[in-house]
Amino acid sequence: MTLTAATDFVAAESARGRGGGGPAPTRIVVAYGFWIFLLSDFVLFSGLFAAYAVLRHETAGGPTGAELFNLRNVFIETMCLLLSSYTCGLGALSAERRRPERFFVFAALTFVLGAAFLAIEAREFAGMVGKGAGPGRSAFLSSFFTLVGTHGVHVTGGLVFLAYMVAQVLVKGLRPPVLRRLLCFSLFWHALDIIWVGVFTLVYLIGDFH
Amino acid sequence: MLGRLTWAAIPFDQPLPLYAMGVVLLVILAVLAIVTVRGWWPYLWREWLTSVDHKRIGVMYVALGLVMLLRGYSDAIMMRSQQAIAVGSAQGYLPPDHYDQIFSAHGTIMIFLVAMPLVIGLMNFAVPLQLGVRDVAFPVMNSISFWLTAAGALLINVSLVIGNFARTGWMAYPPLSELAFSPDVGVDYYLWSLQISGVGTLMTGINFVTTILKLRCPGMTYMRMPVFCWTALAASMLIVAAFPVLTATFAMLLLDRYLGMHFFTNDAGGNQMMYVNLFWAWGHPEVYILILPCFGVFSEVAATFSGKGLFSYRSMVWATLGICVLSFMVWLHHFFTMGAGANVNAFFGIMSAIIAVPTGAKVFNWLFTLFRGRIVFRTPVLFLIGFMVTFVIGGLTGVLLAVPPVDFVLHNSTFLVAHFHNVIIGGVVFGALAGYNYWFPKAFGFTLHDGWGKASFWCWLIGFYLAFMPLYVLGLMGMTRRLEHIPDASWQPLLLVAEVGALVIFLGILCQIIQLYASIRTRAARRDLTGDPWNGRTLEWSTPSPPPAYNFAVLPRVETIDAFAEIKRRGVAAAPEPAYEPIEMPRNSPTGFILSFFAVVLGFAAIWHIWWIVILCALAMAVTVMAFGWSDFRHHEISPGEIARLERARLAGLPS
Amino acid sequence: MDGDNRVVDDRTPGVEEYEPTASYLSYTAGLGLAILTTIVSFVVSQTNLLWPPGIPVGLVVLAFAKIGVHLVFFLHLGSGPDHTNNIVALAFGVLIVFLVIAGSIWIIANLNANMIDMIH
Repeated sequence: MTLTAATDFVAAESARGRGGGGPAPTRIVVAYGFWIFLLSDFVLFSGLFAAYAVLRHETAGGPTGAELFNLRNVFIETMCLLLSSYTCGLGALSAERRRPERFFVFAALTFVLGAAFLAIEAREFAGMVGKGAGPGRSAFLSSFFTLVGTHGVHVTGGLVFLAYMVAQVLVKGLRPPVLRRLLCFSLFWHALDIIWVGVFTLVYLIGDFH
Repeated sequence: MLGRLTWAAIPFDQPLPLYAMGVVLLVILAVLAIVTVRGWWPYLWREWLTSVDHKRIGVMYVALGLVMLLRGYSDAIMMRSQQAIAVGSAQGYLPPDHYDQIFSAHGTIMIFLVAMPLVIGLMNFAVPLQLGVRDVAFPVMNSISFWLTAAGALLINVSLVIGNFARTGWMAYPPLSELAFSPDVGVDYYLWSLQISGVGTLMTGINFVTTILKLRCPGMTYMRMPVFCWTALAASMLIVAAFPVLTATFAMLLLDRYLGMHFFTNDAGGNQMMYVNLFWAWGHPEVYILILPCFGVFSEVAATFSGKGLFSYRSMVWATLGICVLSFMVWLHHFFTMGAGANVNAFFGIMSAIIAVPTGAKVFNWLFTLFRGRIVFRTPVLFLIGFMVTFVIGGLTGVLLAVPPVDFVLHNSTFLVAHFHNVIIGGVVFGALAGYNYWFPKAFGFTLHDGWGKASFWCWLIGFYLAFMPLYVLGLMGMTRRLEHIPDASWQPLLLVAEVGALVIFLGILCQIIQLYASIRTRAARRDLTGDPWNGRTLEWSTPSPPPAYNFAVLPRVETIDAFAEIKRRGVAAAPEPAYEPIEMPRNSPTGFILSFFAVVLGFAAIWHIWWIVILCALAMAVTVMAFGWSDFRHHEISPGEIARLERARLAGLPS
Repeated sequence: MDGDNRVVDDRTPGVEEYEPTASYLSYTAGLGLAILTTIVSFVVSQTNLLWPPGIPVGLVVLAFAKIGVHLVFFLHLGSGPDHTNNIVALAFGVLIVFLVIAGSIWIIANLNANMIDMIH
């Protein structure tokens, strides 16, 4: 390869996927596509948030948020998710650095913290249903259970995704396709935490305050 | 064991749908028998059902759209006929229960399963070719998208024989669509089929945003992309941003119906207006999801057939992006009369008037493109001209309706019905048919018969005006939409004119069928050997017709807009055989077909409350996705030797 | 949008070498900031540190700050390759989320205010 050809090649490479030099590499394409999916998920949640914001005073004589919410639990839930985001990030870092043993440790921590979050949420839901404040009680509770429950379903899906990725790493090792999927998982997990910020602010803190 | 499903679900007492479905079933069985006897299954499975080739998927989308057009049209002619005869003491031939299902199915099918598949099919076929690449970003996901859309279509058609369809109109407003007032399965058919096909559409959106932003051939900067790609990008962004809102809204209605929640019910604090609000927060962007790619088709057609570049490409791009953002700020104009205050109505009225500005700019761009062009009057150009006139009329009545006081007079009248048919037929249908005529030779290697195409255009155009101009007048006379019985005999003459118009549209559809048949019969004479039958300007015309699976043996390098026109202008001779590099192509995958099979069964079981099947299907779908996610070898390589052999074979077939 | 000439840190498909996009330190800093804003949120909501009518606004501002921390430190927005496209997409998404939520609240509040009061 002559020098000019080499420079051309570098120039073309550096412009890939930005209009200059042809299709972007697989990793960029996959991460970008997943990012667009996450944005669509945010929009889905925006519909649920809007419904909650509109219906949160429609208690139909039933209990209000202030009567039902336990901020201590919410704080623990928030910390669980936040720490799991942290361990998830460290896990992704270990995977990038090809340290599978560390990755497994962080994945396990992430899984446990996520499961703890779900357990607390499930207990909260069960307690409310037990008090007669289930999703069919009022429009407020319908929108509450749907918004928070949809986030919970996403977390559950995330745990399945995580277990599946651990299995892939165990069987196949940290190969590029596996790393791309891990990247998607960590994007997903961080995005869930972002949605939770909206949930605890809008539903629990502002709901409790009023 | 079988939930709510019993023999009573099949309407043995209603002969009409039963006979119709019997005929359809016979046709399906006959087709399956022929395929089996001729031994075509392996070919179908290998080349179509499991194909992840964007061109094949595009063709299947368009075919789905055209088949569903027949279903949607038969609903339309039944409604028109009922309204034409059920006047005064006459009761017509359709009982209210059946009539209500027909107008609901007509709207639902035409929007979700005719217009969407046609538009997405054209995007699928043309965008990667125009971008000079070999496939979309996620080919298997693309196949899943198509099959989920087909699953939704199948589920809606099942409602003809087993159970019934919604009687709520195509928007399914609560409280009518709530369990208290629609206790049977009709609304559930509506919700589940649209949820399933909606997921498919969302995946298409994600796929095309990624494809257009991340996969373009060398040199294809944003401002060198063909306008159709820009409009496809804008439509895909709108899909990503709007369809999740619809999914969330339908999910809430499903929760109301299945788990006794109270989002939109009359009691316990539910708010029906929230459904209307969220539905249109999706619904208005949806209008532009449909029309923007059609604007793109017309831009390509105008430039190609007038033999010069598009007038003011940049303003076209910015108008497209402007519409893309503005389309999210006008949704309240669909429910001005619901009772919002003057400030809210005024804001959305003004925004609706503003969004007409970029659209108007586009009309001038097309006009100036044609101006002093050497226009070749082929079928797509006729559709373009018919579109410009018709769409301007539809747009103007739309601006009228965007004025809140006027809307208070005309809301829910047939004036509104005439308006949106005016823009959807005049815009989306004409655009899709122009695109169908324009890209058909690229897809199949022979041109469509121009005479029958023109006949079909004239029937569509005249039929449209006959069918819908009377509805404008009737709307001003006070006729509301969805009437099963006409109380005022003075409306009948115009309704008869509309009936004639609907029949003329049928002639248009008939001409299209004949056009397809005649073209296939005479395909040997109409082969497109050059790959460039219209003297095209964009990269898809630089490939052979039909293009090889890998589209381009060597990825093109683009230096200007209208890349292929520039190559031809410079007279670049076909290079002597270049040094081919190996090409990685995605392998076929049955994932989409299997997933949508389970999706249909899941939807059906959920509609009838057969929970054990729902659970089994959900598990099967999860396993299918995981099995796909496990595989690392999704590509196969075409060796340089193989490419050289294919290319030589192609060149040998060309006239010298 | 195309004028970006930085050297890219990704390789051709097939020979992808992963250069770490972040460090343990940046994750830890992100965690610290996120915990801090979370605690401030909870404290603000439970005490009168802020002028009470301003509390919801304060909470929303804190939520945005926390989301910003997540985006920068956990999702590495702004440091990865091709970040322009990511940010444009995010901006579009944020606009839509804002329009759907704020628009719905505005519209429904208006509709409710104009409703003939039957129950309440």
